[in-house]
Amino acid sequence: MQELTLGQAVNQALREEMSRDERVFIAGEGVGVSIHSGPYGATNGLLEEFGPRRVKDTPVSEAGIAGLAVGASVMGLLPVVEIMFNPFFTIAADQIVNHAAKLRYLSGGKSKFPLVVRVKTGAGIGAGCQHSHNLEAWVAHSPGLKVVMPSTPADAKGLLKSAIRDENPVIFIEDMILHFVPGPVPEGDYTIPIGVADIKKPGRDVTVITWSKMLGAAFKAAGQLEQEGISVEIVDLRTLVPLDETTILESVRRTGRLVVLHEATRTGGFGGEIAALVAEKAFDALKAPIKRITAPDIPVPFSKPLEDFYIPNEISLMDSIRELL
Amino acid sequence: MDNNEQKKLLRMMLLIRRFEEKLVDLSQDPQKLGGMMIVCMGQEAVAAGVGAVLLPEDVIITNHRSHGHLLAKGAEPDLIMAEIFGRRTGYNKGKSGTLHIAVPEVNALCTTTVVGGGIPIAVGTAFAAQYTQKDYVTVCFFGNGASDEGSFHEALNMASLWNLPVIFICENNVYSGAQRMEEHTKVKDIADRAAAYAMRGEIVDGNDALAVYEAVQKARQDCLSGAGPVLIECKTYRWGGHGTADQQLYQPKDEIARWKEKCPIKGLKASLMQAGALTEQEYQQLESDTGKIVEQSVQFAEASPWPDPAEALEDVYA
Repeated sequence: MQELTLGQAVNQALREEMSRDERVFIAGEGVGVSIHSGPYGATNGLLEEFGPRRVKDTPVSEAGIAGLAVGASVMGLLPVVEIMFNPFFTIAADQIVNHAAKLRYLSGGKSKFPLVVRVKTGAGIGAGCQHSHNLEAWVAHSPGLKVVMPSTPADAKGLLKSAIRDENPVIFIEDMILHFVPGPVPEGDYTIPIGVADIKKPGRDVTVITWSKMLGAAFKAAGQLEQEGISVEIVDLRTLVPLDETTILESVRRTGRLVVLHEATRTGGFGGEIAALVAEKAFDALKAPIKRITAPDIPVPFSKPLEDFYIPNEISLMDSIRELL
Repeated sequence: MDNNEQKKLLRMMLLIRRFEEKLVDLSQDPQKLGGMMIVCMGQEAVAAGVGAVLLPEDVIITNHRSHGHLLAKGAEPDLIMAEIFGRRTGYNKGKSGTLHIAVPEVNALCTTTVVGGGIPIAVGTAFAAQYTQKDYVTVCFFGNGASDEGSFHEALNMASLWNLPVIFICENNVYSGAQRMEEHTKVKDIADRAAAYAMRGEIVDGNDALAVYEAVQKARQDCLSGAGPVLIECKTYRWGGHGTADQQLYQPKDEIARWKEKCPIKGLKASLMQAGALTEQEYQQLESDTGKIVEQSVQFAEASPWPDPAEALEDVYA
């Protein structure tokens, strides 16, 4: 099987979808000619292959980019637009939260907005808080949007294809560190359904629910704890909205213990939603309190030791799991 | 424009006026019609003039002051009224109400109350025309206040950069909320802002439906020949407050009276009569016809069923 980074997997999905369907176009800041060009770039080489009609470099205008997607999609096109970094999403938020998410409802179900907004995110690249702030909970809190956050290159390819073919607005959030991490990716066309979590590692004693880059920390912790005789089940959500409640609840019912692990900050983070769901619907199965491992409630700091402190890791996850047992 | 076409303009303005007079009247009693009520009284010439140019395939994106735009684009008064009443038979099954009515049947694809929010969307619908090489234009309505929003500037820049077939219609009704022009921008004419984006900007008398028609007709041709986009500033005036609940304490009474003298309906009626193309009797007939349409729309709305509460959960996702 081919080995691709997440960035390359996204690139392959875009290339295949653009080849498959003339209605698909991409737009954003430097999706054609980029200040970040490189072999792992998600839109690398697409301008050369599909030309400037379908690969639109835009001005630095996030509201304009998102509005372009809203208007083009209601006319039947399938836009995939890029917001370069998650914190810049705030400038596009009116178009996405007030328009993309709501206009179908406001039309009484008559109009469709089949658009994808790709957003790059995550700490660990030394770019400071205005490039690295994870805001998935913001979009998950806006009914009308679907929210996808892949952790592996193979998932990224299959989920992006589903997102492009979905008739609803989909926010597709890609971690920047994962952009450079290789993994096996099936060749050719396949999709992974939106709204289906994946048990990345089965286990008996505790459920760790996570997504995106934190999957790596979960695997590191699970590997070490295995040697201590603790069996960890890792559930990769992959999609925050719609949420795969069944997989979450079934897993917690099997293990009786839950730790939610996410990189985003704690207060109002999506981990709280998972905890509430389990407390409401599987309280009787719990043998220990629910734990959340998250970033502290601070902006992402720059200095390397500070940034490392910010990002949750396997150490705090292992400590937390040991406390539960 | 020949006399018959002009009479259609007059009739459309009367329909819009009657429709909104009725809404203002009904909204005095919250038992009859609850919620916010925003009307375009005094600005009907813009809606009618634009509507007379557009073809069914043309798209409009409009704002909170939308009733006139929707009627002039060909939306059914009954179904608009039922939506305003929150009934299941309304265009959007009661999900939108007066503020967000979408009528995809006539390509009125978005009514947004986020000031300036529709302008980037109009860039998107115009982009789709260019991408698919189809001959339609997008008209985007907004007010003078919206031209202070970042979305206006981002959208005009992109539309101009890509030569998109979109006509930006700024209805300058003097006020942005309670702030007069000179209190919200130092720019005297919103049309001047077009120059910042290497776009043609034009000022028209927004109380003259014929002038609006002619400017939009030319802009439409420009857009279809690749010479778009165009910004047209229609100078007009809001007779009422921002909404019916607005006390209008900031609007001088003599100013309102002066603008009422420039009533777009009164103006077109006078010019048609002067040309011998309209009799008082014909005019009375137009008033009576449009009044009946509005009365019937209210009857339709009042007789229509409310949505079942559980219908609130429908139509979120496709």
